[in-house]
Amino acid sequence: MSRPLPPIDADTRPFWTAAAAGELLHQQCRSCGHTQFPPRRICVACGGDDVEWRRASGEGRIHSFTVVHRAPTDAFRSKVPYAIALVDMAEGFRMMMNVETDDLSALAIGAPIKVVFEPIGEGVALPQARLAR
Amino acid sequence: MSRSPIISGVGHTAVGKLEGSTAMGLHAEAARAALGDAGIEPKDVDAVLCAYSLAAPHLMLSSVFCEYFGIRPAYSAAIQAGGASACIMVMQAAALVKAGYARHVLVVCGDNRLSGMSRDGAVAALAEVGHPQFERPYGISVPAAYALVAQRYMHEFGVTPEQLAEVAVVHRRHAQRHPDAQMRKPITVADVMASKPIATPLRLLDCCLISDGGAAVIVSAPEARSDVRKRPIEILGAGQKNTHEHILAAPSLVDFGCRDAASQALGRAGVSLGDIDVAEIYDSFTITLVVELESIGFFGKGEAGPAIAAGALDLDGRLPCNTHGGLLSFGHSGAAGGLFHVVEAVRQLRGEAEARQVSGAELAFVHGDGGILSAHCSLVLGRA
Ligand SMILES: [Zn+2]
Repeated sequence: MSRPLPPIDADTRPFWTAAAAGELLHQQCRSCGHTQFPPRRICVACGGDDVEWRRASGEGRIHSFTVVHRAPTDAFRSKVPYAIALVDMAEGFRMMMNVETDDLSALAIGAPIKVVFEPIGEGVALPQARLAR
Repeated sequence: MSRSPIISGVGHTAVGKLEGSTAMGLHAEAARAALGDAGIEPKDVDAVLCAYSLAAPHLMLSSVFCEYFGIRPAYSAAIQAGGASACIMVMQAAALVKAGYARHVLVVCGDNRLSGMSRDGAVAALAEVGHPQFERPYGISVPAAYALVAQRYMHEFGVTPEQLAEVAVVHRRHAQRHPDAQMRKPITVADVMASKPIATPLRLLDCCLISDGGAAVIVSAPEARSDVRKRPIEILGAGQKNTHEHILAAPSLVDFGCRDAASQALGRAGVSLGDIDVAEIYDSFTITLVVELESIGFFGKGEAGPAIAAGALDLDGRLPCNTHGGLLSFGHSGAAGGLFHVVEAVRQLRGEAEARQVSGAELAFVHGDGGILSAHCSLVLGRA
């Protein structure tokens, strides 16, 4: 079984379209400069709606992580053990990603990662983290 | 006479794997027990609050219950805030009686999520709390989300897996004194450490149970004291704080809304943390309780672990806590799991807790957390 596909909606379509093309986007408010993720129609800081899409570097650091041994659904049973991390991106927003690594013991808080894209369905690619060297 | 709303009746069903149980049947059984405890009739109930059921989900659970139970209350609503539901329902019930909308509010929860659905089914249903686009494609589960908190918390404050294991051990010790607890076999730190990993650093025995069961409480108006037969327990203060839903969006992984919820509840009750005689605090995972105890301020950051190992949460400890065994050992059947904490607090304050009675318990603190430490609600209850 494959991963559940994200139920893409009007708020997030530009993000997923860019991801499929290998680009990581986030949002920034033109009025107050606030950076936000997940994408939404309004600025969560000032309440305005002048929010623009920005390209992110794809570089970040692990804020926390876990290695999952008990899969939540059938789709993930063949993947255990797998790592999930909360990653603080260089531009100041936080994402959840799996960390692709052959050595789960190398995971550490503060470790630098680089985003790569995993195709998970027709025209859908999931941002994933790879431990940077 | 005090103007505080009171808890006039409490009850729960058996807890564990209850073959042949149904979500509504458990609601009804718990409701009957609480009404009997208060000494009032179903017709005396003029408001009903229900929560949610995984095994029998419905858009209007409270209406479904009222029809099943055969009552036609003036007010009925369902509250869905995960593990915070029970405390929020009590807070809401107190507000209803204070506003004059009701005299007796029946707060009732139950679910047959152990016998009524597969363990995999329950785990999968709970995983749906993950963000559908930005968490679930990564295989997030509720334990994994709490594990992200645990890993960061350990990193910042030096909490060890052995200290988390001590939390599980003390809950089992408490549960041994409760005849209705689901898990009463003693465990050791070594047992916890040897249990299978779920999401590092959390192991199986760091996680709450999955149970069938139901619980109910009756919240009554101050002037309704004469209607009921048990010693009234006053709802002295209640407070809430909501900071996020998904762990991805939590403002911090080490400091949560429980602090504000608790300080509101304590402030409204006019008491301080040091006045609390017994605490019943949400323990979905061992880390949950450590984070809450420290965020609320019962212990300093990084201090709860060593204190718990030294007996701080035991009956004769500094803060007797989760004296029924909590979600980790008494049982966890959804919203009823949080209501078990309320029921236990009331029994402690009435002096009805038998082998697990905290001597001289006059003031209790109850706390529920829903989501991934997302929604928080605290109650301060006192002997009238
Ligand atoms: Zn803004």
